[in-house]
Amino acid sequence: MTALAPAESADGTLKLATVRERHFKVPIVLAAATILLALLFLFVPRDGTSTFRFGGAGLPDAELPTAATSWILVAVLAVLALWSFVDARAYRRPALWLTIVFGVLAVFAFLVWASADGLVPVTSLLFGAVSLSVPLVFGALGGVIGERAGVVNVAIEGQLLLGAFSAALLSSLTHNPFIGLVGAMVGGVLVSFVLAAFSIKYLVDQVIVGVVLNVLVTGLTGFLYGALLVPNETLLNRPVRFDRLEIPLLSDIPIIGPVLFNQTFIVYLMYATVAIVAWALYRTRWGLRLRAVGEHPQAADTVGINVNRTRFWNVSLAGAIAGIGGAYFTLVSVPQFGKEMTAGLGFIALAAVIFGRWDPIRATLAALLFGFATNLQNLLTVLGTPIPSEFMLMLPYVVTIVAVAGFAGQIRGPAAAGKPYIKS
Amino acid sequence: MKLELRGITKRFGTLVANDHIDLTVRPGEIHALLGENGAGKSTLMNVLYGLYQADEGEILLDDVTQHFRGPGDAMTAGIGMVHQHFMLIPVFTVAENVMLGHESTKGIGALDIAKAREHVRSVAARFGFQIDPDALVGDLPVGVQQRVEIIKALARDAKVLVFDEPTAVLTPQETDELMAIMRQLRDEGTAIVFITHKLREVREVADRITVIRLGKVVGEAEPTATNAELASLMVGRAVELTVSKEAPTIGEGGLEVRDLRVLTPTGQIVVDAVNFDVRPGEVLAVAGVQGNGQTELVEAIVGIAARVEGSIRLNGTELVGQSVKAILDEGVGFVPEDRKVDGLVGDFPISENLILDRSADKAFSRGGTLRRGAMEAFARDRIAEFDIRAQGPATLAGTLSGGNQQKVVIARELSRDLRLLVAAQPTRGVDVGSIEFIHKRIIETRDSGIPVVVVSTELDEVVALADRIAVMYRGAVVGIVPGDTSRETLGLMMAGAADPEVAA
Amino acid sequence: MSQTTPGAEDASRGLPPEQLPPVSGPLVGDEPPPPRSNVVIKEILRGNAVTTILAIVLAMIIGGILIAFTDEDVQEAAGYFFARPGDTFAAIWSAVYGGYDALFRGAIFNYRADDFVTQIRPFTNALGFAAPLIAAGLGVALAFRVGLFNIGARGQMLIGAMFAALFTFNLELPMWIHLPLTLLFGILGGALWGGLVGLIKARTGAHEVILTIMLNYVAYYLLLWMVRTPGLLQREGTNQPISEATPETAQFPELLGPSFPQLDWGFVIVILATVLVWWVVERSSLGLRMRAVGENPHAARAAGVSVQRIYIYAMLFAGGLAGLAAMNQVQGSVTTGFTANIDAGIGFDAITVALLGRSRAWGTFVAGILFGVLKAGSFSMQAQGIPVDIVLVVQSLIVLFIAAPPLLRAVFFLPKTDQEKAAKARAKAAKKAVEA
Repeated sequence: MTALAPAESADGTLKLATVRERHFKVPIVLAAATILLALLFLFVPRDGTSTFRFGGAGLPDAELPTAATSWILVAVLAVLALWSFVDARAYRRPALWLTIVFGVLAVFAFLVWASADGLVPVTSLLFGAVSLSVPLVFGALGGVIGERAGVVNVAIEGQLLLGAFSAALLSSLTHNPFIGLVGAMVGGVLVSFVLAAFSIKYLVDQVIVGVVLNVLVTGLTGFLYGALLVPNETLLNRPVRFDRLEIPLLSDIPIIGPVLFNQTFIVYLMYATVAIVAWALYRTRWGLRLRAVGEHPQAADTVGINVNRTRFWNVSLAGAIAGIGGAYFTLVSVPQFGKEMTAGLGFIALAAVIFGRWDPIRATLAALLFGFATNLQNLLTVLGTPIPSEFMLMLPYVVTIVAVAGFAGQIRGPAAAGKPYIKS
Repeated sequence: MKLELRGITKRFGTLVANDHIDLTVRPGEIHALLGENGAGKSTLMNVLYGLYQADEGEILLDDVTQHFRGPGDAMTAGIGMVHQHFMLIPVFTVAENVMLGHESTKGIGALDIAKAREHVRSVAARFGFQIDPDALVGDLPVGVQQRVEIIKALARDAKVLVFDEPTAVLTPQETDELMAIMRQLRDEGTAIVFITHKLREVREVADRITVIRLGKVVGEAEPTATNAELASLMVGRAVELTVSKEAPTIGEGGLEVRDLRVLTPTGQIVVDAVNFDVRPGEVLAVAGVQGNGQTELVEAIVGIAARVEGSIRLNGTELVGQSVKAILDEGVGFVPEDRKVDGLVGDFPISENLILDRSADKAFSRGGTLRRGAMEAFARDRIAEFDIRAQGPATLAGTLSGGNQQKVVIARELSRDLRLLVAAQPTRGVDVGSIEFIHKRIIETRDSGIPVVVVSTELDEVVALADRIAVMYRGAVVGIVPGDTSRETLGLMMAGAADPEVAA
Repeated sequence: MSQTTPGAEDASRGLPPEQLPPVSGPLVGDEPPPPRSNVVIKEILRGNAVTTILAIVLAMIIGGILIAFTDEDVQEAAGYFFARPGDTFAAIWSAVYGGYDALFRGAIFNYRADDFVTQIRPFTNALGFAAPLIAAGLGVALAFRVGLFNIGARGQMLIGAMFAALFTFNLELPMWIHLPLTLLFGILGGALWGGLVGLIKARTGAHEVILTIMLNYVAYYLLLWMVRTPGLLQREGTNQPISEATPETAQFPELLGPSFPQLDWGFVIVILATVLVWWVVERSSLGLRMRAVGENPHAARAAGVSVQRIYIYAMLFAGGLAGLAAMNQVQGSVTTGFTANIDAGIGFDAITVALLGRSRAWGTFVAGILFGVLKAGSFSMQAQGIPVDIVLVVQSLIVLFIAAPPLLRAVFFLPKTDQEKAAKARAKAAKKAVEA
């Protein structure tokens, strides 16, 4: 900390200095990760050859000597961590690229170690990660929109679940997955309506409504599942699902092509939604007003924006988007609706919202990261690594705790999120 | 555009905030609306701006009756407002703030930022100042933020412009600049309503003056009226704000502050290089424009501030680094500047509020159990002694009037065994009767041989109570001067000028 | 006007690291709304018995509609509704009556049984189900009073069970020491997991809602791993993810003898816990400080209360109560070994119990018994073909309704409060003025 005494400026008045500070949080996290990996490699050494397969696009498998490669990577990681320390000492904020490169390399090093004398099918690993992320991304986008408008959405889980339920029901009845998709959006919106009505009209704490709504949707879908879907399974719970659509040319790109462009309609819809929301939130009148009511509702009111109406419709929109995520369960991944099938993914989506700092792109990346971690767990079981799969499943939650605890002062959500706007 | 308010009445429950108020503002004039805090000025303007609906009465613009359902309607009709608490979104840029609510767009709803930037620049140029349209509002100094508010109103072609207590957060220099802007607007034909409770400013800039008191118009005045005339109109009787007090009997010891520096959690210095002493038996008043480090100075003394460097000694005991509890146990009494936030728990009864800082005292708890009988008896005594108007000890503090709430806080602090009293804005938002009472108690505390620090942004209060005055500007003490220093000198010091003739 | 010193950029007012919730939005100051203007908590604390009863009635009515709607006889009769509408109504009546009759018989008094013991047994079962709900609900309620929203009762229960099993299941001790020791470790585990939340919140200012949600899952996977790993908690000689059975000497004895198997001494301990929580919150000086932090942390801090420490205490306490709930499961109802789902949804039900109990000790106690009744009755309703999930629906509806009294008043055509009347009159006047 440098100290400066107050000095007189040109006009004879006093000027106060600002203390410059060093921020060591990022370097510490990076160093800790490096040390953890090194300890893992040291005490649970694995030797052999790690094979990375890049799908059938004519690319040869990459075969790497496990021990040597992983130690080289640890060395690189150590250099990066050191670099960030140097940056921090010089009062510089660590560059974002450094953290990203570190993250990718760390995962790579871990995979090399894990796949000793085993095979990492890169394409299917990534494909699975994208698939697992789809509901998370939609849920997170719904969360971002709701919170940016000032309504904390803990009911993402409920929106996903009711979305999944109504998608299954309508697709079964009409034999048309698109109608099922619309049904999922309606399901999500219904949850949003209740959330919005209770939090905006009746001023009930948003988190409480969200939590209770999750219970309500769990109970309601469970009840209807037991009372209606189980006895009439052929009629009500045989949804027609979306087929994969291969996009010509794009799907031929090595690695990325089959991962990103040989997917179902919902995934393409996801790309479009992410792009539109990310752009519109910052560049359109809709986005400006949405953010205004979430940051400072009174200011928005004084320039003639109807705060509660804006919040209501945006929360509904958020519900529709989260509902699409629910549709993915019953219209793509599983052939029928099952009780509590969303299994807490709505809460991981919530974590992605916070980890992604209420930004659509960052939240999407966080959702992809969490999807990747979940999928990695499947691979590790196959590879027979000594790390229990539960710890991989825990990872998204632990990462989120570290993020909110370690960077609580620095990450700041929309200022008025969670606060009802009461006009006097 | 001519603005006319006829018989505006606005009630909140049983309270009549505005009682049949008539007001006419012509184009090209600055009409001052003068009144005490709580007289109903802001309520009236919120009615005008469509934020409140009047219970009775009507608003006319150029003799046409208006019905505003919300601020949007008022703005469309040509009314602009510079709010006391800026209605700006700190994480938005200047251009975004200015365009919000009437955005120009192109294509499919995309914002036309370039146009908004141009708009900001052109309005700013008209008044001869520069402003970066892409700066984040939260990064701008308070004075500049206020200009953004003005630009926001002008960008909507406001013909009637309301300034609600605009000088409260400004230094005297910034105030002068604001007044120049107001005059220029007037000369261009804008009708201006200037709400304030500061007499000097009214006489300097207003063309006509309407005084309101307790929600009613009590008279009109010319800018040539004297301070005394305006003050008695505003308060309803000739106010004697000076408290009768003897010359101080100064003792030994007391509070010693040395090289004090306070930082925000993010590392900005908000108080720096502050040194002063307060001896037993004297009142040191800390004067200054709101937001020049007084709040943080007080928080440092009572141990709330996050990061404090330097030394604060009370009778030789170091307070810096101690917990709030330990500091209170040293005998520091603390009247916080915002009683609703830091002073009281609104949903607690008076009896619990009165022992908030002594819940573990033997007098009020035995074996960890609260002695409810003792608490109630104590509360009854304090209610009588401090003339707290409440039904009884069980009355919730949040339901009391401002003055009575403040008396609860003062009663709590003064009924402990004190070795220092720190009172921040002790009479803010308090009725005149309670002000006199509170001032009397503060002087009694001084006379009992206790050092007293009073922080106030009201010069009247500073002059009334102080034996010595420390003036703060931008986190530093500009100088410490005797209690009888002239207001002019104090005003200059509040603007940052270390007066050579009084340099201590 | 809480603008900071000119030149300083940050608007924060020198908060300690505990990071109190901001009292006002940015650039708003002077007259901020009362801190934690948390309307729901006020509603929940101040609401009266009438709203509670109406909420329960309305939720039961909606539950009845759901039952009727999904009943096969009703659907069949509705098929020829216009020919014989009476059949439909009769079918609806028999479906709804049958459902709630089963609930009554299964949870309170089985009037069809022959002897009194069998007749009253359902109610003792309900009390048995209520015990862990009350304990966990008290944990949530206590945290509520300190201004913390503890969604983590589930995780705290899981860790409580884990601790008890890890440290005491393999011991061979006489009952008088084994039973309390197991109970103690269960409470300790829950307290530590809850205290962790308090600690992180106090140190870093992270929001407890996020922390508790995330820690629930961490606890779940941790326990899942332990109960499927031999040498940790997995039962010997099985591949199933299940722990050893609770040792005989660590189980709560039945309170009223073997005729009432569900009701054990755990319920008595829960009553004691209720008394303790009541005393701490309402009558102790620590409780005064806790409530002060809950209502207005800023004023509490200025009055010398260490808000950080209170957060930690409160979460330790809340976690311990969740641990007690877990022990009611492990030492009471599920003694044959537990899985990672030992919480059985109690952790989340606890939130609704606390809300319905208006965050007060005895309110939570009564609410817990009500939910225990619903739970016990749900099993006999299931025999009638009504899925048990109906209970979740009714529970969550009750809580939603008590949180929004205006909605209830509108549904039951009750008089409006003065405030609402005034607001409506104003709106009308404004509309009239516009139309004129």
